Amino acid sequence: MSGPIVDARGIHKHFGALHVLKGVDLQVAERELVFVIGPSGSGKSTLLRCLNRLEEPSSGSVVVDGIDMLDPRTDINHARQRIGMVFQSFNLYPHMTALGNVTLALRKVAGKSRANAEALGRAALERVGLADRAGHTPGQLSGGQQQRVAIARSIALEPRVMLFDEPTSALDPELVGSVLEVMRSLRESGMTMIVVSHEMGFARNAADRVLFMDEGAIVEEGPPAAIFERPAHERTRAFIGQIQRH
Amino acid sequence: MSRWDRFTETFLNTKVMARYLPDILSGVVVTIELALLVVVTGLAAGLSLALLRSLGIRPLNWLIIFIVDLFRSLPPLVVIVLIYFGLPSVGLSPSGFVSTWLSLGFVLMAFSEEIFWAGITSVARGQWEAARSTGLSFGQTLRHVVLPQAFRLTIPPLTNRTIAITKGTALGTVVAVTEILGQASSAMSNSYNPSPLMLGAAAYLVLFLPVVVAARWVETRFAWKR
Repeated sequence: MSGPIVDARGIHKHFGALHVLKGVDLQVAERELVFVIGPSGSGKSTLLRCLNRLEEPSSGSVVVDGIDMLDPRTDINHARQRIGMVFQSFNLYPHMTALGNVTLALRKVAGKSRANAEALGRAALERVGLADRAGHTPGQLSGGQQQRVAIARSIALEPRVMLFDEPTSALDPELVGSVLEVMRSLRESGMTMIVVSHEMGFARNAADRVLFMDEGAIVEEGPPAAIFERPAHERTRAFIGQIQRH
Repeated sequence: MSRWDRFTETFLNTKVMARYLPDILSGVVVTIELALLVVVTGLAAGLSLALLRSLGIRPLNWLIIFIVDLFRSLPPLVVIVLIYFGLPSVGLSPSGFVSTWLSLGFVLMAFSEEIFWAGITSVARGQWEAARSTGLSFGQTLRHVVLPQAFRLTIPPLTNRTIAITKGTALGTVVAVTEILGQASSAMSNSYNPSPLMLGAAAYLVLFLPVVVAARWVETRFAWKR
């Protein structure tokens, strides 16, 4: 398929009087890894959540893998299977084992038999290096392990695009590496990824493109080297200066 | 006659007890029937209202909140009397048994709706989002992700409330339901002796202690570490 796999145009989002997104355009090519940075409140997460319609955009269009996400006739539950999402706070189901977390949507949405779903679920856990934790509940896993289970829960559905919403922000520093490692291997397998994060080292190594957002708009974008070393805008420069000082 | 003899003669009179034991036992059967009906229908109706409320339809939710607050504020006895003596004026004449069942059922419905609703809303938003992002529908998310977590939180307050309201079956005496207390008090006035009341108290203990113990077991069984 030619053309972008994610094609969002003119996205506006209002929360009451608050204008959070002010006409954002985002096109992502297949196998591309796009990194979104920006100060908190700049609308990064909201943009991500508009792509799978966890947030309803006030106006604009979102087409993912040829499916018009905002068309009321679209089967949104079917469309969402193709868009994986990983959250800052993992959001694993605490009453289920790791395997239960991974197989729920396989069984209830993709309609797989229990045996089939468990085979696929174990394979997904294997991919994130947690095959031996299938029977553990989230409470028995470290933060890094929980986030890897959350990634497995998404990739088990074989999505065409993966959205990461600050996947390492809630983790202790020593656990960040294991999650980034999984994201890197996903990237190498050719997954299209949109990542909201402040892991600059990872962005430098893995991203094709970095977007800088501020006050609900994309201020500038470009290859990581250009954005990090020679930002064109004053606001980008100030933001990058700030996060690199820490 | 010593004081102790006079006491046992009055309160633990075996002759009187033996004579009225069959009546008390038939009262036990009525109490069990009434309690089971109240618990099953009250909890089912309470859960249904909580699920309806989760759909977030404004006018419907106002109605639910109004009904729930009404039955939470009225004393169950008042509801029983209103149904038993009030409904005949609109052409319905429910028996004392049905009146008591309906009243306690409505009261348990109201309290359990609030408890179920509190359980549902206490499940983190992120749980909904994670489930919906994998393509689960609203109903599937509620059933497989939210309710199992909500139930665990609701079990302790729910068992407490259920036991308290189920004991209210004794209020059925005022509308001539022949449950334990009704049987015991009529036996008491027939025999001029309060021993049947002691028998009735013993029957309540035998009936409700196992329920209280079972509730405690369920609470520990379903408590889980986060």
